[in-house]
Amino acid sequence: MPLPKSLRHTTHNISRALAMAACLFAPHIVAAAEPAPIPVGLVAALSGQSAVSGEAITRGLAVAIDEINQAGGVLGRPVVLVRRDDESNPGKGIAAARELISREHVVAFFGGIDTPVSIALVPVANKEKVPFLGVWAAGTGITHNGASPNYVFRVSAVDALVDQRLLRYAVSIAHAQHPGLMLIDNPWGESNHAGLEAAAKAANVSLAGAESFETGDTDMTAQLTRLKAAGADAIILVGNAAPAAEVIRSLDRMGWTVPVISHWGISGGRFPELAGPSATKVAFVQTYSFFKASPKGEAVLAELEKKYPAIKGAEDIIAPVGTADAYDAMHLLALAIAKAGSTEGPAIQAALEALPPYDGLIKRYAPAFTAADHDALGADDYIMVHFAENKIVPVD
Amino acid sequence: MLATSLVSGFAIGAMYGLLALGYHVTWVVSRSVNFAQGSVMMLGAVIAFALAVPGDWPMPFAIGAALIGCAGFGVVLERVAVRPFRARGSESWLMATVAAGMLVENAAMFLFGKEPRGMPSALARHPLMLFGVGVLPLHIAILVVGLGLAGMFLWATRATPYGKALLAVVQNPRAAQLMGIDAAKVTVFAYALSSALAGLAGILITPLTQVSADMGFVFGIKGFAAAILGGLDNPWGVVLAGLLLGLAEASVTAFAGSGATVMASFGLVILALYLRPHGLFGRAETRKV
Repeated sequence: MPLPKSLRHTTHNISRALAMAACLFAPHIVAAAEPAPIPVGLVAALSGQSAVSGEAITRGLAVAIDEINQAGGVLGRPVVLVRRDDESNPGKGIAAARELISREHVVAFFGGIDTPVSIALVPVANKEKVPFLGVWAAGTGITHNGASPNYVFRVSAVDALVDQRLLRYAVSIAHAQHPGLMLIDNPWGESNHAGLEAAAKAANVSLAGAESFETGDTDMTAQLTRLKAAGADAIILVGNAAPAAEVIRSLDRMGWTVPVISHWGISGGRFPELAGPSATKVAFVQTYSFFKASPKGEAVLAELEKKYPAIKGAEDIIAPVGTADAYDAMHLLALAIAKAGSTEGPAIQAALEALPPYDGLIKRYAPAFTAADHDALGADDYIMVHFAENKIVPVD
Repeated sequence: MLATSLVSGFAIGAMYGLLALGYHVTWVVSRSVNFAQGSVMMLGAVIAFALAVPGDWPMPFAIGAALIGCAGFGVVLERVAVRPFRARGSESWLMATVAAGMLVENAAMFLFGKEPRGMPSALARHPLMLFGVGVLPLHIAILVVGLGLAGMFLWATRATPYGKALLAVVQNPRAAQLMGIDAAKVTVFAYALSSALAGLAGILITPLTQVSADMGFVFGIKGFAAAILGGLDNPWGVVLAGLLLGLAEASVTAFAGSGATVMASFGLVILALYLRPHGLFGRAETRKV
């Protein structure tokens, strides 16, 4: 027999109230069972010319986060990664970082390959008091930004030091006396222009000249012809994979065989595919090589192989610096959160400046950062490598 | 000293010329322009790359399939984005072709990805040194194809029945129809041809540059600039204007750096049109009143 209408109405209201109560209390029940995760952000190129770099960074962070969570997380809470694509565009990077801070409540965030994007993110981190850890972009001004307190840290190369290394290599190994500079026309190129001129002055080397190129340029023969006419006996190249590949193809087209020593932007894309066979002749700088045998390196490689089946060995790791830098940076951040005993930005920032020694993948950090030095890696940590087909291997 | 970059300028100019020829073809037949030319150029390159590299097809088959794909796109574009508007006497085909181009570009970005890829070509590997200037066999091939196609087009419109039909439609569509020439079919053919030309330009140029989903926009605009500069009604004019534009760009890049290229080349286009409003090789249309 059907219920009277009034009773049906009451039953319906009770059901609704119960459903609403379940909805309201459910998160608290889950929260009681599982501690709330600690979100950390990544603002990097996940698409576009440097998408490979974003993927490499993601892999390093993911392996480190897995290790941290399997060991019980930080402060008893698991760490989760929230990624945003900056498309190598500073404006999009700023929007992404703000969104990660205000909506995703990340306790810190990592940065990608592009110096212009990272430079744009510096004021956001310092204003919002959220630590920003660079894991690739090498622009000197990213960490040397004049802010106090400074919320920007880096586990990566620094242009000023890379420039010294590139020049040293050009002179001592490539036997160059008048290297010419080919620089991308953006803040990263400018940062290296200043660094390379300073390095040349310090080493008493005269530069043949400096030429610049745009990201979308497809022919650099004019700039290279000028450098050749000025007596350049080596090219020091600063640019990301796609335009740098055009530099190499332009050299081929001119029939000019000259040693090319490159900053590491070329390892963040499909440089060998875009540049053609001459890609293998380019020596470039890295902070780490998975071909360098060490127990930690082998353990991380094994984890990468397990997590990403396409990786069968060190030769399959794309853009290895992104993975290695990000891996160490994530562990250092976890150490800092644990030391701070808090997920508040100022507490993590203070802890990062006073970390205990830590045995990382790239090296033993003793310590990684100080209040005066926010760069964890120095010139002695850099190695020179080249592409052997698609693999990045140390130069003999 | 900068002859090598001028050779590249010639090759890129020939591509502007091919695109401009595509604009010319639809203009002379239907007095409409396919503003998706740049996107179709990208489509040709992306299809050829996808079939030849990941798909492992032999290159000639990949190129053939890409050209058929582009021509097919031209047919669809004419039916969907041009004919309905022209039938109503509206000029909205202009926006519709722009929109179609953007749709294609975004679809390619979604399917192909944003990362640029390298198109392999045996013709772009070893330069020939001619008088101390590095010239790739592809540079020569591009020039031969560009000028050859312009020549073929001119010959076909003068000497073949289909070419004459095409010109008849231009002169007087109603009279042509009375003579049994299907103007609608001729227009569709013009769109297919124009799109295939754009696809060919994309396939030819990418071994010298890179294949990417966003490569078409700037090429499309510059191809249109060449078409206007050459005089839309003159097939030789548009191809030669394309070559001139490519050379002008290469010269500006060589002497003032690539930051000044776009500014200077479009400045020159405006100056040239100011001095010759109907294009360098065009003539003013006479109209009986």
